[in-house]
Amino acid sequence: MQSVVQTAGAGGGSNDVQWCFSQVKGAIDDDVAEADIISTVEFNHSGELLATGDKGGRVVIFQQEQETKGQPHSRGEYNVYSTFQSHEPEFDYLKSLEIEEKINKIRWLPQKNAAQFLLSTNDKTIKLWKISERDKRPEGYNLKEEDGRYRDPSTVTTLRVPVFRPMDLMVEASPRRVFANAHTYHINSISVNSDYETYLSADDLRINLWHLEITDRSFNIVDIKPANMEELTEVITAAEFHPNQCNTLVYSSSKGTIRLCDMRAAALCDKHSKLFEEPEDPSNRSFFSEIISSISDVKFSHNGRYMMTRDYLSVKIWDLNMENRPVETYQVHEYLRSKLCSLYENDCIFDKFECCWNGNDSVVMTGSYNNFFRMFERGHRRDLTLEASRESSKPRAVLKPRKVCAGGKRKKDEISVDSLDFNKKILHTAWHPQDNIIAVATTNNLYIFQDKMN
Amino acid sequence: MSEEVEETKTPEEASTEEQKPEMDDKVISPEKAQEAELKARYPNLGSKPGGSDLLRKRLQKGQKYFDSGDYNMAKAKMKNKQLPTAAAEKTEITGDHIPTPQDLPQRKTSLVASKLAG
Repeated sequence: MQSVVQTAGAGGGSNDVQWCFSQVKGAIDDDVAEADIISTVEFNHSGELLATGDKGGRVVIFQQEQETKGQPHSRGEYNVYSTFQSHEPEFDYLKSLEIEEKINKIRWLPQKNAAQFLLSTNDKTIKLWKISERDKRPEGYNLKEEDGRYRDPSTVTTLRVPVFRPMDLMVEASPRRVFANAHTYHINSISVNSDYETYLSADDLRINLWHLEITDRSFNIVDIKPANMEELTEVITAAEFHPNQCNTLVYSSSKGTIRLCDMRAAALCDKHSKLFEEPEDPSNRSFFSEIISSISDVKFSHNGRYMMTRDYLSVKIWDLNMENRPVETYQVHEYLRSKLCSLYENDCIFDKFECCWNGNDSVVMTGSYNNFFRMFERGHRRDLTLEASRESSKPRAVLKPRKVCAGGKRKKDEISVDSLDFNKKILHTAWHPQDNIIAVATTNNLYIFQDKMN
Repeated sequence: MSEEVEETKTPEEASTEEQKPEMDDKVISPEKAQEAELKARYPNLGSKPGGSDLLRKRLQKGQKYFDSGDYNMAKAKMKNKQLPTAAAEKTEITGDHIPTPQDLPQRKTSLVASKLAG
């Protein structure tokens, strides 16, 4: 038997992580403005910074405060560090279509100097933002007054050397590069190469390779557009560079396949090096099969040996050396299989859930409905369902595991499938690169949970 | 309507249509039962759900406007609930009317900050 299929509830044991509420960001009121819908969440490489993007094209960056000796039982809190308008709505004159300002993805660059850099993208344009701190300013100019007015040179009788004096910390975000006009279709992914010089951007049909310094040119490395659009059968849904092999990238498709490409093989990577696909039992095929097999996210493990894919009902872990089936499969919300008809009617079946790894690749996490999110502990074969809600938002309160009752008699604390709120979706989650700190985005709120420190 | 569905289905599947999809039925998977329910509600649904139609709809997401004037008028309507009274009298074609200089909104003022930063 191939993979591990998880349906059990949370396990016990002393090695268990207990997740506690830490913080929640965003407005409490239920009337959510569309601009406030969170569309992406990403920790930077050290975990000190946490960025969110929203439908209104805004980016908010939180910074973890340094741990203080007075509070040994919790890690530093995340406070607002910088916020800026990354993208604005635009109008495509050629097609008479609106270009949404919604931030689809944010990816951090590794830190090379005092400033921080991130890439943010909407459907058409990628921007490189520099976030820098200013905590001192020069004072004592000879030719200028302190307020900036120029002095009359004839009144200068002595000379002095201007000095830097401390000032209140100012965090400035400035767009350093704008990478535009390279995508006919909608950008769904960006990924920084491990060479720290290039990055890829992927839309429904093409993947482009950019150099971070060059904005007027990009190389097309994957093109799956058929000569005749009537023959279109699948689109690219996500793409990512390998974490340490700079020549390797993967992209997933709406048909549930993943292709691994090696940029050394050819300039145009239309021919894949590996094709990952789980064989399907043809007798099980239904109207919904292809739709629910569409992969909404693909993520390499930190060690680069595995990759994880998220389709509508499950999370799959693939060994890069084995193409014919995943090594692990985790059911996120299998009880929805008997609800597919209504989920198709209300379009929820097209929701794009993301997934993420913890720092040492031992646990994976993904979101679900009713503001539930799921964690799967590889190796221990344990899974956990937690909820991001205001009710369980008392400081350092331990989160209670949740359970959905698929049918039959509902136990006391369980929630029945029919009571699930399908408007409360957790599509975006992120895990701190080293510690057990997670960021979970509901529609318009960002929850931060930490493990209980004794 | 049920006649039409029975023609395309095996006798097995047709007979389970009356049953609730959640029933523990080893013969019909819950997925196939859901498919039957969907086809009962939408008999004109094509048998191939993926394929170019669905994908092409996906490739062209985003609202279409007649032209940039139409787009700007729609944006102005969202930002300012009231338009100048001149607008109310014109007949609706695409958008509301061909914009005149006094109808166009002022340049965007201060940006609304994200509530996450509040």
